[in-house]
Amino acid sequence: MEPFVNLNGVVMPLNRANVDTDQIIPAKYLKGIKRTGMAEGLFANWRYKPDGSPDPDFPLNQARYQNATILVARDNFGCGSSREHAPWALNEYGFRSIIAPSFADIFYNNCFNNGMLPITLPKEAVDELFEEIEAEPRLRIQIDLPNQTINVAGGKTYSFQLDPFKKECLLNGLDNIGWTLSFDDKIAAFEAVRREATPWL
Amino acid sequence: MSDPSNAVQPRTLFEKIWESHVVREEPGQATLIYIDRHLTHEVTSPQAFEGLRVTGRRIRRADLTFGLIDHSIPTTPLGNYGKRSNVPVIDKESALQIATMEQNAAEFGINFFGVDDTRNGIVHVTAPEQGITLPGTTIVCGDSHTSTHGAFGALAFGIGTSEVEHVLASQCLLQTKPKTMEVRVEGTLPPGCTAKDIVLYIIGQIGTDGGTGYAIEFTGSTIRALSMEGRMTVCNMTIEAGARAGLIAPDDTTINYLKGRPYAPQGANWEAAAAYWRTLPSDSGAVYDNVVLLEAADIAPMVTWGTTPGMVAPVTGNVPDPESLEDANLRNATYRALQYMGLTPNTKIQDIKLARIFIGSCTNSRIEDLRLAARVAKGRKVAEGVWAMVVPGSGLVQQQAIDEGLDVIFKEAGFDWREPGCSMCLAMNGDKLEEGERCASTSNRNFEGRQGKGGRTHLVSPSMAAAAAIAGHFVDVREWEF
Ligand code: SF4
Repeated sequence: MEPFVNLNGVVMPLNRANVDTDQIIPAKYLKGIKRTGMAEGLFANWRYKPDGSPDPDFPLNQARYQNATILVARDNFGCGSSREHAPWALNEYGFRSIIAPSFADIFYNNCFNNGMLPITLPKEAVDELFEEIEAEPRLRIQIDLPNQTINVAGGKTYSFQLDPFKKECLLNGLDNIGWTLSFDDKIAAFEAVRREATPWL
Repeated sequence: MSDPSNAVQPRTLFEKIWESHVVREEPGQATLIYIDRHLTHEVTSPQAFEGLRVTGRRIRRADLTFGLIDHSIPTTPLGNYGKRSNVPVIDKESALQIATMEQNAAEFGINFFGVDDTRNGIVHVTAPEQGITLPGTTIVCGDSHTSTHGAFGALAFGIGTSEVEHVLASQCLLQTKPKTMEVRVEGTLPPGCTAKDIVLYIIGQIGTDGGTGYAIEFTGSTIRALSMEGRMTVCNMTIEAGARAGLIAPDDTTINYLKGRPYAPQGANWEAAAAYWRTLPSDSGAVYDNVVLLEAADIAPMVTWGTTPGMVAPVTGNVPDPESLEDANLRNATYRALQYMGLTPNTKIQDIKLARIFIGSCTNSRIEDLRLAARVAKGRKVAEGVWAMVVPGSGLVQQQAIDEGLDVIFKEAGFDWREPGCSMCLAMNGDKLEEGERCASTSNRNFEGRQGKGGRTHLVSPSMAAAAAIAGHFVDVREWEF
């Protein structure tokens, strides 16, 4: 996995709460057997008009947010279905980080497994970011993972909290599975006890 | 695994399961927990199996891994097709996804219920029905509604595809321990109300992110009085409150349900297992990080009016007026929802007219759900212009419903009796709403476009859905005679 250390990028606002993974990528785009080819399904129900043409009202289609790598949204981002296609689609489209006042659990975890950084900021800070973007459409943000800070170009700096292990994994692009398998002796020992204690399993 | 009898501190059900599954725990690092049952389906597993192939890793415990096909399978009545594998799948991509699942199941040697197997069905219906779901176990699946299995006193939760690969390779998962919340519901459930109304009411009370970061244990006399089907309905929708898992302590209801199921322990193992399961309920004095107390008497048949399951009202209520809301974000979200749903503020819920009815999904497609709906449908007729589908959750539910004559009741009333699968719970198998169509659905998500682009979903119980099918609009099922 690609390590995530720093990110300096344009921010796209998505001024909605409870953005569920069915919105991030609708079910009809889940038919693949590969992790790729998801970008065209990103926000498909919001991004395209019924005739399939881009809806100019949706931020993804607006020139000022082109090449954005950071998404800012409202509460409970990524709720609903566990589909990892949601972070895959965001990642493939170019988003490496999402900032919101809260995230749904499964989506939050899925991001880390794809080298993406979801950042939880207090509601007031997110309100400020939305205002900043309103005032400066090509607003750039500098994310510094080692120091756990977000710096708004020409503006404020915010710190964010993050589980130290998740941070470590991102910084090193750690292969979780390989890490877990390095404890094979522990897993085998657990299995031996389990066989004795709960033979019906 | 720790011996539960060594416990000093009173512990919750969740803590007992968690502690007995820790493989490795180090400060500052995620905890490695062991997974007892891994369920897979065709949509979220292909990339995980492919990952094993690419990295040359083997599957660690094929014997603890189960696979089936539910999301993309067509539910078209069999007619002259003879068997389900003859029914054409919606498109080439889905056909390939199904074929890939079959191939992966064979190549990796997992337990598999194929399309023509009567045990096939929605993963959260089939696994409990087969006795694969057991108390005290950890269960994962690349599917958020894995929380369903918590109804048996298991720690069950949905995972992403990378984690599916992780479990395939190691039978373990890296987890941060969630906090615990008790949601206690006390009292007798009013007539006409069901488990679905309980859980919709709970979500309405605590909100769609009220459970984020928690494993919720449902307790209280209302919950204990529920059948296993009802408990599964409640735990199923725990994820809609943002909680990772929902649990209900195992008791006689649980143990009686499991006895004799094909994958449940047999003989001496059965006795040992049942004795162990009885040690699992939370100890008296166990402490939760958060407690929510609710009264069954406050519950009415519930109907969602918006685009999240938390946007819900009793059937006697009205669609809200956004102008009456103080919080600007909430007001905007409500406007958006009403616009999408094509509803005017203050409309009476019972004045909302419906074009489609969907009785099915892992929330409400078990035998008890079908019985509830059939009781309402019996001797009545679906309203003109309404298309009402009934989709059993598994081949075995379908078979039992036929044995009980429920299929005849539905067909005589004008319902479309279909083959099992996820069906119109999500729009990927051919069953879907058209732009602007309004549906009363027993499923779990009323998100924009969930049942088809532009489709409008109202979540309700099976009896409310059946009554709405007959009236053509929402009605208070409590006023009907059976
Ligand atoms: S019935 Fe619906 S919610 Fe349940 S597993 Fe299938 S698609 Fe998911």
